[in-house]
Amino acid sequence: MSRLTIRGGRLLDPASGRDEIADLHIADGQIAAIGAPPAGFDADEHIEADGLWVAPGLVDLWARLGEPGHEQRGTIASESRAAALGGITTLACAPDTDPVIDETATVELIHHRAAQAGYARVHPIGALTRGLEGRQLAEIATLRAAGCVAMSNADTPIRDTRVLRRAMEYAASFAIPLLVNPKDAFLAEGGCAHEGPVATRLGLPGIPVAAEAVAMAQRLELVAQSGARVHFSRLSSARGVDLLRQAQRDGLPVSGDVAIHNLHFTEADLAGYDALCHVLPPLRSAADRDALREAVADGVLLAICSNHAPLESDAKLAPFPQTEPGISAFDAMLPLLLQLGEEMGWSPLQTLRPATRAPAQLLGLDAGTLAVGGAADVLLIEPRAEWIFSRAAMHSRGRNSPCEGRSLRGRLHRVLLGGRSL
Amino acid sequence: MSATRLAAAAIRDIQLDGDGRLRHFLDVDGLDSVLLSEILDSAEHLRGVADQQVKKVPLLRGKTVVNLFFENSTRTRTTFELAAKRLSADVLNMNIATSATTKGESLLDTLRNLQAMQCDMFVVRHASSGAAHFIAQHVAPHISVINAGDGWHAHPTQAMLDVFTIRRHKGDFAPLSVAIVGDILHSRVARSQIHALNALGCAEVRVVGPRTLLPRDVESLGVRVFHRMDAGLEGCDVVIMLRLQRERMQGALLPSADEYYNEFGLTAKRLARARPDAIVMHPGPTNRGVEIEAGVADGPQSVILEQVTNGIAVRMAVMSLCMGNAARGAELGA
Repeated sequence: MSRLTIRGGRLLDPASGRDEIADLHIADGQIAAIGAPPAGFDADEHIEADGLWVAPGLVDLWARLGEPGHEQRGTIASESRAAALGGITTLACAPDTDPVIDETATVELIHHRAAQAGYARVHPIGALTRGLEGRQLAEIATLRAAGCVAMSNADTPIRDTRVLRRAMEYAASFAIPLLVNPKDAFLAEGGCAHEGPVATRLGLPGIPVAAEAVAMAQRLELVAQSGARVHFSRLSSARGVDLLRQAQRDGLPVSGDVAIHNLHFTEADLAGYDALCHVLPPLRSAADRDALREAVADGVLLAICSNHAPLESDAKLAPFPQTEPGISAFDAMLPLLLQLGEEMGWSPLQTLRPATRAPAQLLGLDAGTLAVGGAADVLLIEPRAEWIFSRAAMHSRGRNSPCEGRSLRGRLHRVLLGGRSL
Repeated sequence: MSATRLAAAAIRDIQLDGDGRLRHFLDVDGLDSVLLSEILDSAEHLRGVADQQVKKVPLLRGKTVVNLFFENSTRTRTTFELAAKRLSADVLNMNIATSATTKGESLLDTLRNLQAMQCDMFVVRHASSGAAHFIAQHVAPHISVINAGDGWHAHPTQAMLDVFTIRRHKGDFAPLSVAIVGDILHSRVARSQIHALNALGCAEVRVVGPRTLLPRDVESLGVRVFHRMDAGLEGCDVVIMLRLQRERMQGALLPSADEYYNEFGLTAKRLARARPDAIVMHPGPTNRGVEIEAGVADGPQSVILEQVTNGIAVRMAVMSLCMGNAARGAELGA
């Protein structure tokens, strides 16, 4: 395979804390050296990276690809390509497919299709209960052995607290991360927007903050009792963040993440019934968004995920409550991350960490870093390039993004996946 | 700008043309008193049509109005039909069971088909909040959309006929205290009434009901909240009772119809708390013995039947204004 040198870029590696102008040498799809080339290294190609950031590919904790079951929305091929072209070189895909990821055959199918496509590295998340029905445990150890990097009941809350307790304890026995989206099924039922002044004005059935907080409090008690490691997936409220922060202070083994759009958009964006902002968990108040941002800054939330959900165009062509929830997020993920860092005054390393090394570590993956000997999944970023987001130019099959016409700062210059330019 | 102001501004955009004139009527939220008064004045003028020998004016002659009802409603549909006929329009009534069109595509398909038949106005009732807004976004530019009730969101013609009735009895809105009683949470009527009364400069709008029937942050709509009937009615000039749907008795919103009536039913004794010249209103149909005492509904302070009569004039006003502006816009555009 070819040898490649990226010259003069600003190397940013949140894993090692490296932030310096240096050359990066790649051989056989791996990072061969940083700084001086290895002895006898003769590059076939040079990439001039003056003024560019050279960063590890992003790692996404929660994405839906459509396949299997919803191929009209997206396929493993189309979405893993969109992810990679958006700078997400590693992703974990949610188990709420059809069939759900509760058997090894489905895990193998996803691995096979992703390998065939040859874009982002796709790691399935296994269903915590069979069919996500919340009654019978899925074969967690078997799914783990087949390659599932985490277990989750996705967006279907387990209503029976005894099943929930056992699922948590069983998963803990096999040291596999448990991703829990905290949502009380009864309090959230029928809701399609944050319960607050905007939903009240628009007459939309609300999802109260209590739906998240009540479920979290319940699960935290079970963590305290069982010692199971739980990662809260896609928090949406200041109250949820408070509960997580307190639990961490109490020494419980818990962590959390937030979806990128919940860090930028709020209930105000539902104005005019914009169905592109219909997403779960819902976009909440500006105070909630600010609390989520602070929680990323102080590390209470360790990761930012895409919560990617491509949808066919008809899915959003209806009165707001009847539309499908979901945002196609891969295409805007990196620029929105960079914008967030700029707005918060974060260093580049701080900005990149929650979308690279931190989620990779949670899943036990050797990704999200520029380590010598590791896969050369590398992004070249123009940090100051300004451009306008256009849905027509999206790579995802789902064009359901609320970012149309938004001016963004920072864009991808090039993506290397295993040393190969995409 | 606050979140709610932004929400109001975005809705305002789509129902007004470039000159700030009404071309759809989707929501009272965001409309100013000048525009609302124009509707009321026009309704005052058109109210006389019913007293003529020939109850017709030619304002909508040659136009086709489609009553597009995705939710059953005999009363509202009938008054829209009468209003359109008195304006000399051709009227097509379509009752489309919601079960047949739970998918957005079929709603759009229905619209496109009707558009292909060269209809000019859609009067829409739908169980989902935002439905009229959605339809207005997807129709051809010459078509005008009137919201006849969408989910819990808005029922603007009902609110306009209510304020029209209030104005006929009370004249000026500035000194008035108006109490809206009952299920505010699920009520599109209440939301539109609150916006209309506030826009017209009412001194005070109150909402009265148990916490289970009031939406979160209802104060942000510009109301004072009361949970007890006696305090809520004290000294007010207008009492608007809302219809309590039977299905609210199931689940945990309310324990029983009896308890609701005991606490929130409008009886003659309770009405005595309001000013002696207070009027009693109800969007209909009334549930006697559930939210209102029969003697009060039929009593001297009740203007409930007058509301029905006024409803036709107000709907004539809204339809002729929107159609006129849409037609003018289409001509200018051509």
